[in-house]
Amino acid sequence: MELMELPHIESPEDRVLPKPLKAEARSLSFSYGSRPALRNLSIPIAEYKITALIGPSGCGKSTFLRCFNRMHDLYPGTCYEGEILLYPDGRNILAREVDPIEVRMRLAMVFQKPNPFPKSVYENVAYGLKVRGVMDRRILDEKIEQALRSAALWEEVKDRLSAQATSLSGGQQQRLCMARALAIDPELLLLDEPTSALDPIATANIEELLLDLKRRVTILIVTHNMQQAARVSDWTAFMYLGELVEFGLTKQLFTNPSRKQTEDYITGRFG
Amino acid sequence: MIQRHFDEELAELKTKLARMAGLAEDQIDKALAALVTRDSALACRVIERDHKVNALDVEIDEACIELLALHQPAAHDLRLVTTAMKLSTELERISDLAESICERAIELNEEPQLKPYIDIPRMGSLARVMVKESIDAFVKEDATLARKVIVNDDFVDDLMEQLFRELLSFMVENPHTISRAIRLSFIAKSLERMADHVTNIAELVVYLVEGKIIRHTSPPVPL
Ligand SMILES: Nc1ncnc2c1ncn2[C@@H]1O[C@H](COP(=O)(O)OP(=O)(O)O)[C@@H](O)[C@H]1O
Ligand SMILES: [Mg+2]
Repeated sequence: MELMELPHIESPEDRVLPKPLKAEARSLSFSYGSRPALRNLSIPIAEYKITALIGPSGCGKSTFLRCFNRMHDLYPGTCYEGEILLYPDGRNILAREVDPIEVRMRLAMVFQKPNPFPKSVYENVAYGLKVRGVMDRRILDEKIEQALRSAALWEEVKDRLSAQATSLSGGQQQRLCMARALAIDPELLLLDEPTSALDPIATANIEELLLDLKRRVTILIVTHNMQQAARVSDWTAFMYLGELVEFGLTKQLFTNPSRKQTEDYITGRFG
Repeated sequence: MIQRHFDEELAELKTKLARMAGLAEDQIDKALAALVTRDSALACRVIERDHKVNALDVEIDEACIELLALHQPAAHDLRLVTTAMKLSTELERISDLAESICERAIELNEEPQLKPYIDIPRMGSLARVMVKESIDAFVKEDATLARKVIVNDDFVDDLMEQLFRELLSFMVENPHTISRAIRLSFIAKSLERMADHVTNIAELVVYLVEGKIIRHTSPPVPL
């Protein structure tokens, strides 16, 4: 009788790279005027996975995220080098000929502090759709319900869609911002410390939501909460002083990081 | 700083394991002395003392669970805590085996000695040295020493084989020796199992240091 093939046991040397990719930064450098903020970053973003970006304050995480939707274009004196490719088409988001508006249509971003517009719950979610020319009330209603359901907020707000968004709790406001982001069916969802202003229960809700969402959308999340990165992400990139120190499978990076700096950071022995 | 406090708790954990290993070594030593000097009272004391090792096992487990819950350790810290948990289980089993050697010794002491005990004490002291070295490797986080311990396991296996053949010849020649020969082979088997547990400990140390799981891989000692 033939013996069954034994499973291959992964050793730390077998560091793998994600596939397929939704996006990828390649040798990306960025500076605010003469101040370099990102140095030669190459980070792959796996499709339908959650990639976490961790690192101490000021290491450039938000700067990196803002490159994706060309937010830096709004300010003078900023300078990009390298590229950010968006797949499947492989379009370079940073290329001069690419219209930032077109890029922003494919991505959505949620920030640290919930920032709903001072309008009704309904109008907040409708906003992105209306910008894209969706005016049919029936389609809007449908899409808004869908987005609110995706953000796990529908049950809580279905009877108060015309209430002011600011009357919602902090956690609900953040899920409303998620719904607003999701309404436009983004290919890539960018989250910048989305739970840092929330209590543990609201945080847990958002984390649950992220895990549900990744079946449909690729997520890149910046977090300074290491346990959060460990809990929700599939891949983790650790940045320090504008550089990528280590990128790898989250479970590997948190059990056996290959770089001393990563080890020191995730075990709280930094500096 | 909170991290310094955590480091102290990790150091404390290592100290507890070293203490537990010291107790286990002593149990092995005394169990063999009870057999060789035919001292049943000593055997009883060893059996009686096993609960101390059990208590340390529980204490170490609790400390580890607490560290996991309160500090959510990562990377090397995480490997240290999980390794410590498994390690205390291995030491507890080693001590159980010493206890079972004592039970056999008490039975053997009721009959005349079958033969001079030579290989068994040799196996015993090898097992004891292996326990000591594996724990040294753990405390110093020395993967090279751990790998050396793993190699020693083969010597214990060889000694056991040799002893089995000898005991078999006794049994074939004279059926009256069978019960004693079987008890002695139980003791040899216990010592061989001890060496296996020590091998597990050494493998855990390699994991702790290198983050590589080497058990159930072949060849058993990747370099
Ligand atoms: N608008 C800006 N103009 C100039 N420097 C900036 C600007 N925003 C951020 N920086 C600098 O760039 C670096 C990276 O900041 P940031 O991306 O916000 O880091 P993180 O999100 O990791 O905390 C910091 O040194 C910060 O001071
Ligand atoms: Mg930031």
